[in-house]
Amino acid sequence: MALFAKAKSIVGLDIGSSAVKAVELKSAGKGYRVAAFGIQPVPPEQRVYLDRLEVTFWISIVVTVLTAVVGYPMAYVMAMAGKTWGRVLFVLVLLPFWVSLLVRTAAWVVLLQKEGIINGALLSLGLISQPQQLIFNRLGVYIAMVHVLLPFLVLPLYSVMKSIPRDHVRAAASLGANPFSAFLTVYFPQTIPGLGAGCLLVFILAIGFYVTPALVGGSSDQMISAMIAELALGTANWGLASALALLLLCCVAIIYPVFGRYAGTTGLRLG
Amino acid sequence: MAPVGPYRSPGVRCGAAAIRVIAGLGFVFMLAPIIAIIPLSFNGASYLSYPLRGVSLQWYSAVFAPTPWLPALWNSVTIGAATTVLATAIGTSAAYGLAYVQFPGRRLITVLLISPMVVPIVITALAIYLTFASFGLVQSFLGLVLAHTVLAVPFVVITVSATLHGFDRNMVRAATSLGAGPLTAFRTVTLPLTAPGVLAGAVFAFVTSFDDVVVALFLAGPEQFTVPRRMFNSLRDKLDPSIIALAVFLIAVSTVLLGVMEFLRWRSERLHNRTSVVMRSSEARLP
Repeated sequence: MALFAKAKSIVGLDIGSSAVKAVELKSAGKGYRVAAFGIQPVPPEQRVYLDRLEVTFWISIVVTVLTAVVGYPMAYVMAMAGKTWGRVLFVLVLLPFWVSLLVRTAAWVVLLQKEGIINGALLSLGLISQPQQLIFNRLGVYIAMVHVLLPFLVLPLYSVMKSIPRDHVRAAASLGANPFSAFLTVYFPQTIPGLGAGCLLVFILAIGFYVTPALVGGSSDQMISAMIAELALGTANWGLASALALLLLCCVAIIYPVFGRYAGTTGLRLG
Repeated sequence: MAPVGPYRSPGVRCGAAAIRVIAGLGFVFMLAPIIAIIPLSFNGASYLSYPLRGVSLQWYSAVFAPTPWLPALWNSVTIGAATTVLATAIGTSAAYGLAYVQFPGRRLITVLLISPMVVPIVITALAIYLTFASFGLVQSFLGLVLAHTVLAVPFVVITVSATLHGFDRNMVRAATSLGAGPLTAFRTVTLPLTAPGVLAGAVFAFVTSFDDVVVALFLAGPEQFTVPRRMFNSLRDKLDPSIIALAVFLIAVSTVLLGVMEFLRWRSERLHNRTSVVMRSSEARLP
């Protein structure tokens, strides 16, 4: 492949879960023409790793969205509360942050099990007629991961929201904006750097998760990290484990600079 | 809470109420699991559901029995203490050096020091395992301490750097002009003023080690099983009530540590009258 040759050529690579596609384009006159094209189906026994990668990304995306949806109002209420209440809420968010991951996971196993409090409450409210499976499946993974990752979104967002002068929204209101449009056009845009930094941080952390999905997920909810650990510790397949680790590292390496730019603009110090 | 204004239409009030409800549910969601398991740890019966059958301390006596949790607690505390000493020494020196000495490659060294915080823990654990295997450090106390130090150093570097950021170097110049040597100036001026940051870093280092399960999965032999490592096994097998008693005990420890950090934050705010070091650095804590 003339990847570094002088003639302008572009190589496109698509690694899918069922096939790997590659195409090379050469510039010809005003346009491009296809110089080479290849498609190679992935053997079924190797597809399992790409499936894990897909599951990893999917879980991370869902968790990031859920975290943003719940975390934004939390940070907003904290930022708008008075000094004392703001501090109390801040400590409330910080406390679970300090409690060991294993302890929180154990708590969720107890609460979400078939005889647990959540099932009991839903039964007595008449919302369900028999105990539901709330844990050891994807739902359990989402609940436990959002719980672990919420502070990573709420805290940076809160510190950004704290720095926005309230006068801005008052000024918008005095100029005739109704509260909704004042929020949307004046307040929300100023929180985007914090929201972006928080979401990227949550996503970066989520794709590396291992312990939580291993303990509250089913076998189809295991993420790429679990695969790496199993290959290394279970079957001593160091080569494959290292290859998957490098793949995961590349994913983080691609996302991290974007996060660094966001964090830089908000003045957060995260390294 | 709507942004402002005495004239609030019903739509705006609904929106404000919705924000408060979601936020309220979020705060309940954060705390509920931690609070809900506290009564269960005093349950008289041997199953983990409400209603409680009498009050008993039997599960706590199981936690502090000679096996299996007490040796694990001892391992966690000793490994955590050794890690704290090592990581605080390395991280503090690194932070001072990076802040006050100009040398080529500073940025690269900063990135390398911080990287264990960003790189997924499994990758760090795998890399450390493969490196340590050739030195015979796998399944040893020293190996686990060194690995935890790698994980903990970034937190110390960040907290101490943040403190130094707010530290006025003219104080050192004033001390020197009054006749203090560099060491005396460091010991009597720099260190006391940056102590909250160093202490905060030390607490972070301890918690990082005390919380780690992934590195322990790779490096700990049965002799070095820490509390999280043993909990990981127990949670995979069967949930027995003594784990919940242990969990409540650990929650109490975490609450005390959080209190210490809040106190340090308050102190450092009083010392520097600046934005909190602890608050900013606690945003950087990773699971």
